[in-house]
Amino acid sequence: MMPRELKFQDPGEGIHEGEIADVLVSEGDEVQEGDDLLVVETDKATTELPSTYSGKIEKIHVRAGDVVEVGDLLVTFASGAGEEAQEEEAQDEEKSGGGKAAAVGELPGLEEFEEQETKSGRNAKADAKADRQKEKPNRKQPKASERPIPASPATRRLARELGIDLREVEPSGPHGRVIDDDVRQAAEEQPADKEETKSKKKKKKKEKGAPAEAAEPKAREKQGRERPELPDFERWGSVERQPLRGIRRQTARRMSLSWQEIPHVTHHDWIDVTDLERWRREHALQIEEQGGQLSLMVLVIKALAGLLRRYPRFNASFDPASQELILKQYYHLGVAVDTEDGLVVGVLRNVDREPVAQVARSVTELVERVRNREVESEELRGSTFTVSNVGPLGGDAFEPLVNYPEVAILGMGRARLQQVVGGDLDSPTTEVRYMLPLSLSYDHRVNDGADAARFLRDLGQALRDPETMLLNI
Amino acid sequence: MTDVPDHTEVLIIGGGVGGYAAAFRAIDLGMDVTLVSEEPRLGGVCLLRGCIPSKAMLEIAELLITTREASERGIEFEPPNIDLSKLRDWKEGVVEQLVEGLTALAEKRGVHVLTARATFESSETAKLEFDDGEDTVRFDHAIIATGSRPIALPDTPFGERIMDSAAALEMPDIPERLLIVGGGYVGLEMGTVYASLGSKVTLVEMADRLLMRADQDLVEPLAKRVASLFDAIHLETTVTGVEEADDAVHVKFEGDDTPSQTTFDRVLVAVGRRPNSDNLRLDQTDVELDDNGFVKVDEHRRTTDDRIYAIGDVAGGMLLAHEAMHEGGVASEAIAGEPAAFDVRAMPAVVYTDPQIAWCGLTEESAKEKNRQVKVTRFPWRASGRALTLGSAHGLTKLLTDPESGRILGVGIVGREAESLIGQGVLAIEMGAVTEDLARSVAAHPTVSETLHDAAQAALNRPLHIAPKSVQQ
Repeated sequence: MMPRELKFQDPGEGIHEGEIADVLVSEGDEVQEGDDLLVVETDKATTELPSTYSGKIEKIHVRAGDVVEVGDLLVTFASGAGEEAQEEEAQDEEKSGGGKAAAVGELPGLEEFEEQETKSGRNAKADAKADRQKEKPNRKQPKASERPIPASPATRRLARELGIDLREVEPSGPHGRVIDDDVRQAAEEQPADKEETKSKKKKKKKEKGAPAEAAEPKAREKQGRERPELPDFERWGSVERQPLRGIRRQTARRMSLSWQEIPHVTHHDWIDVTDLERWRREHALQIEEQGGQLSLMVLVIKALAGLLRRYPRFNASFDPASQELILKQYYHLGVAVDTEDGLVVGVLRNVDREPVAQVARSVTELVERVRNREVESEELRGSTFTVSNVGPLGGDAFEPLVNYPEVAILGMGRARLQQVVGGDLDSPTTEVRYMLPLSLSYDHRVNDGADAARFLRDLGQALRDPETMLLNI
Repeated sequence: MTDVPDHTEVLIIGGGVGGYAAAFRAIDLGMDVTLVSEEPRLGGVCLLRGCIPSKAMLEIAELLITTREASERGIEFEPPNIDLSKLRDWKEGVVEQLVEGLTALAEKRGVHVLTARATFESSETAKLEFDDGEDTVRFDHAIIATGSRPIALPDTPFGERIMDSAAALEMPDIPERLLIVGGGYVGLEMGTVYASLGSKVTLVEMADRLLMRADQDLVEPLAKRVASLFDAIHLETTVTGVEEADDAVHVKFEGDDTPSQTTFDRVLVAVGRRPNSDNLRLDQTDVELDDNGFVKVDEHRRTTDDRIYAIGDVAGGMLLAHEAMHEGGVASEAIAGEPAAFDVRAMPAVVYTDPQIAWCGLTEESAKEKNRQVKVTRFPWRASGRALTLGSAHGLTKLLTDPESGRILGVGIVGREAESLIGQGVLAIEMGAVTEDLARSVAAHPTVSETLHDAAQAALNRPLHIAPKSVQQ
């Protein structure tokens, strides 16, 4: 007999999730079929969810503010005997029981092999799990005599991967062996809500910050690992294989992460920095005497610091789990530094509070320290927006990848003299100006094309007029 | 000082078989790996002063014994001249070759190998003490693979003449009178080596039989053999006092049948091993130990500290090299987010004595302890043509099967080449094979691997080389 429960269903517009706006009833309430129980807000509409049963509400599984996905259990009704509801709860507990396994999933496919000498400290847990298994009421095919369940090591691994308990699989292999097909079939038959609840639980666990943050990107990276095998390149000539090490390896991982996680868009523009360049040349010597190099990048960084205050959504991070924007009230600019070993992003803290001479000194010092590998890894964390300047090496437009978990990065190309056409359609004029190409890549989940266009336009404005800019900030 | 990264994704402490297996797997899965070992050479106890050198010496023992006993078959050899230093060089050469191979593999893969003592400063940082200074490394995950060390007798530290297994393998000389304390596999293997080289070996064991972990029927042929090879074996005998003099060791015993001899040239103490978990500053982490000092781990080999894993001897279990290697892979895969778990059903154990003993899966003893019904089928090697030509008629192959399903649950072997034969048993158990599978797989004739096939046929009550009535249940 099916337990009587209300699950969140697609309201019919291809919607996958909604937010519980309000809970209209309490546990223990008697309701009639058709009574409204919950108010759900989707990105299309706000809807009341009516009860599908008449009877007493045993349990409400959601609270206002919760985000629910299609298939999630919302409300359980007390049945005649009241058994099903309890059973559901018991299973829920079981699922969340092994609290430690979050990083690798819950691995219900693992079977304790009682005959094997188990390691110290594992026994209690194994026993507890075995006990729970025994208590489990409606097992499909109890295989009382068989333990451990006969299945090859590869099949057992598959079961763990698909979250299948071998004890619940109908074996079709010879002599009662569970084979891969049995496990796959069991995975397909697994009730949708079980799957959904499980993935949601995992998500929740992560939100709480446990386990260590380090585990999270790895689990995510795992999804990306299902990639096609490379061909044997030696068929076409000899090759050398070089292991990726240190910074190169980090860069490879972080860039994959950024590419996979962030829907990138890049906006390009040319900024007139003729006056800025003149100003820079005038003051370069003076700044140099104070120990800093007044580069165009320093001035761009300084301008950005002021601009980010006005554009908080470019100085942010996105939390997809909670669907929240995290707006940072500090302005730490990442500076991409090209070192012998590869790219390292150094961090300039609180650039908004530093005068330009100080920023120049800080940049000069940071670049040097990064190149000499003198910075501690902690110093490389916490940037809120990154600048990548390939200008000295040439090039104009490019598409930098956002430095995850930031939401935007500014690429600087090489500034150069260009003929700029002005005037109007009837009387065009040309003028030679010193132009700087800029490329702003941003996370389109957080900002739109118009935001990026405004951001670059205002940055251009600031850079065009150095005196005002440096006075204002 | 060595170039130390300030951050690593996976920090592995210990360069033994567990440590390098974990390192190689982790790096193959795309992680950045730093392996810290106190010893400049990779390989740990197993390679440097355990499995490998002892097997080299046992090979010599077998050669000596075989040539000595060839006279029974009509071949008479002169007593051999033993050049101990050349023998040591050969043994060391074998070890060195393997160390070089490992070092090259580690280098090729890009593992950062550091020679230092590592201690935890927190759940994310470890202190590294080098000969010429110290450093700190941050890690996302750590794997403790520090192994174990021999236990000394109470109040009797190891000394010049009171040796542990490592010292005995150094082969300082061939003592005229050697006392071995402990009738486990180390005592039996080293006793065989020294007896074959000419020492008079006395072995004392506290329990009432040798090799407590193996089934008695498998130990019997070995017990008979060592009784003739050794000078004396005293069971249920404890050592109550050991005094090391300049030229000898004086020993006091307690028991019903104590050795009449109390003066020995050297003593080998082989009474067990204890985990190297005490000098890691685990108090700085959330890692917990059990009452015997073994690190508590779950099925992923994760400790009670989410970021830290433990594998091999330090995490308990059967304290076998191949167990550690397998666990190393499990831990690294779990860290990478793969659905890995330690779910071994047949962990092989091998004792390299003459005759060899090997077993895997369930033993009769463990079945009894767990109150598990099993069908036991023994095939004596005196019915095997190949065994007779090998002079191994005392051998025995034993199958433990499920009385209902015929599933193979355990395999035990005593006799020549048991080390290789056991692999068939492992595969059969892991694949969930039934007796008939083994009986219908053709074995080459004449080989000792045939004995497994013969045993399976006997279990099905259709034996070929023995009479049906001799089938024991």
